[in-house]
Amino acid sequence: MSRVEAISADEWEKIDQVIAKYRGRHGSLIPVLKEGQDICGYLPKEVQRRIAAGLHLSPSQVYGVVSFYAFFTTVPRGKHIIRVCLGTACYVKGSQQILERLEQDLGLKVGGITKDRKYSLEAVRCLGCCSLAPAIVVDDDTHALVEPAEAVRIVRSYE
Amino acid sequence: MQTMTSEQLQEIKKRTTSDLSLHEGGIRAKINLHMGTCGIAAGAKKLQALILRNMEEKGIRDIRMIHSGCAGLCSREPMVTIESPGLPPVKYCDLNEEKIQEIFDRHVVNGEIVAAYALAVEEHPAEVTTREKPVLPDNVSRLNEIPFFKHQVLWALRNRGLIDAENIDEAIANDAYFGLAKVLSSMTPEQVIEEVKTSGLRGRGGAGFPTGSKWEEGRRYSSFPKYVICNGDEGDPGAFMDRSVLESDPHAVLEGMIICGFAVGAHQGYIYVRAEYPLAIQRLNVAIEKARSYGLLGKNILGSGFDFDIGIYPGAGAFVCGESTALMYSLEGKRGMPRIKPPRSTEAGLWGQPTVLNNVETFANVPAILRNGGKWFASIGTKGSKGTKVFALAGTVKNVGLVEVPMGTMLRTIVYDIGGGVSGKRKFKAIQIGGPSGACLPTSLLDTEIDFDSLDAAGAMMGSGGLVVMNDSTCMVDTARFFTDFSVDESCGKCVPCRVGMKLMLNILNRIAAGKGAMEDIGLLERLGRHIKESSHCGLGKSAPNPVLSTIRYFREEYEAHIQEKRCPALVCTDLIAFRVNADKCKMCGLCKKACPTEAITWEKKTPAVINPEKCIRCRSCIQACTFWAIE
Repeated sequence: MSRVEAISADEWEKIDQVIAKYRGRHGSLIPVLKEGQDICGYLPKEVQRRIAAGLHLSPSQVYGVVSFYAFFTTVPRGKHIIRVCLGTACYVKGSQQILERLEQDLGLKVGGITKDRKYSLEAVRCLGCCSLAPAIVVDDDTHALVEPAEAVRIVRSYE
Repeated sequence: MQTMTSEQLQEIKKRTTSDLSLHEGGIRAKINLHMGTCGIAAGAKKLQALILRNMEEKGIRDIRMIHSGCAGLCSREPMVTIESPGLPPVKYCDLNEEKIQEIFDRHVVNGEIVAAYALAVEEHPAEVTTREKPVLPDNVSRLNEIPFFKHQVLWALRNRGLIDAENIDEAIANDAYFGLAKVLSSMTPEQVIEEVKTSGLRGRGGAGFPTGSKWEEGRRYSSFPKYVICNGDEGDPGAFMDRSVLESDPHAVLEGMIICGFAVGAHQGYIYVRAEYPLAIQRLNVAIEKARSYGLLGKNILGSGFDFDIGIYPGAGAFVCGESTALMYSLEGKRGMPRIKPPRSTEAGLWGQPTVLNNVETFANVPAILRNGGKWFASIGTKGSKGTKVFALAGTVKNVGLVEVPMGTMLRTIVYDIGGGVSGKRKFKAIQIGGPSGACLPTSLLDTEIDFDSLDAAGAMMGSGGLVVMNDSTCMVDTARFFTDFSVDESCGKCVPCRVGMKLMLNILNRIAAGKGAMEDIGLLERLGRHIKESSHCGLGKSAPNPVLSTIRYFREEYEAHIQEKRCPALVCTDLIAFRVNADKCKMCGLCKKACPTEAITWEKKTPAVINPEKCIRCRSCIQACTFWAIE
């Protein structure tokens, strides 16, 4: 990873607004973290600390939740997020090979981000479109019945 | 917010039914686009744009276009159903822009069925009475004659692909909220529970706990507030029933929850849905809003004085949150780690209060039980399992999709009659049922009945209903490794047997797949698996060894081949493949050369192919391309 980009003043302000919106409500940590991640793209330590202080929780409680759920990430994500489905139906139809080919082509490992920060590659457990296996999702678009070579072409079409 | 009465509900039904009828509504055609997640991924949005463009260019306004959910046969998406006067509804499948253009011009505009693209025609029960029975064309099959549909009984999925999921009036026209109206106007909570008990409904989330008994327990505790939770955290890889139900018929789930709330004495419900299902969340949001504006949700429902409201809570990506106590911790904003029972959730669940949690499909079954009576529901099924069960049929099978069959149906019927058998030239090897908690069953067990108890006896589990068909190119050791890896990843880490034990099992499986296993390893896996099942706290740990134990039980010879002969019979475990062409088996077709990404294969016409080991990256592309098993 190149460097962790600082959170801008504007983003801090939005985070504080989210905290204020949920403060005092039961069980609001997960929604706050979700909205926080939507604002910054990820949840670095500083953001987790701010949320902990804002919701009167200990930083360890917040980190405990962040590290527990697959949805949260503490490293920055690329401009385009590629998710390769490794659910059962996709797996028996060869999605592991798609993943390996993409790793090779993009020069990264699962969970990583390309040097130019354009792509990050993630493996997910079942997107629920088993009928279209093997499936990959780039940003919000689901691509069905993908061959390894085609997967590379699809991903590269996202500039 | 208005207060609606049962009479007004009837009026809406009557009005909408006549609006929807082509005859009375003055509509030229009704185009029903099946836009579930599967349809959209297959390109349904492009078709939608094209139809809209056509309507605008040609100035056609008397067309009613609706967006319903998945029609069930996902592998033939995108699909549309078109109704026009004098013709039966026609389902078209495998569409693209060219085909839909032709269908638009010929069927929608000129009222002529395009037989070449049609999957089938259906008979329309509602319209037949209002005018002459339509003449069914000879060259198109009837929907109820197609094996995929013939064996299905649609109860939980009764509205699939039929109604516009975002239009509450259409749901009401198809009897939504009439079960609730009956309950609120003429039944006591005890009678509701009795009816559900009579129906014999068991939880569709996997374990099969009797729903009526759970509600009864929830009612017994007199600590308030109480909660109702709908578990839509469908985490099993290979399962997508709940997604489809939520996308195509959200009101059935809401109605089931309100009835449950009335029966147990709760006034607040939550639906916990996977964050991976954005469309389901969107449709639920719309449904809740509409139900509130109709006075079917909120204060004084249907003028009965009963209050109930529902909130949606998107999950954050943790398989273990499908476990009820973990899900409740997650709702409270904590790490989703299961706790030891007792107390059961019905005594102390969310925020320590009595909570009744059921699965999406369970709730979807409730309204019809109250409308038609528990006896009606119990009329089909087996001794211990009543009603129907929805399965997500996927993997290497011809017809992939969502199927609903009566309990007691044979697995063979699902794979061969409904699924159409194994796709391509491969042979059936196993069927995986129940996801990471379930098992791989071989051909010899295809005559097992779908039933909570008989699956249990086979070492499998109903699970939430994922069915993945595997052909002979699937390695059972690798499959066991895949699920074990999944469980290791998703174990919450709270109790030792699951956290450490599963990791140990994974290490052993890795060793076997690498050709470094010993024969003792098989016994060791079996012993470890038994211990983990006996000593884990929650359902995840208690069932996590099932994939390994079942593959050893039914496919022991594959483990032995990996260990003794250092050979992977299905050619999956790359450490055990030589990547060499067997010249005797090679048919010299050159498919492997085309598939190779690194140009490691040399091949000329009429000579067997040769793999250059220096260039080969062992990616298995050639093995998948070769239909003659010529690569060893």
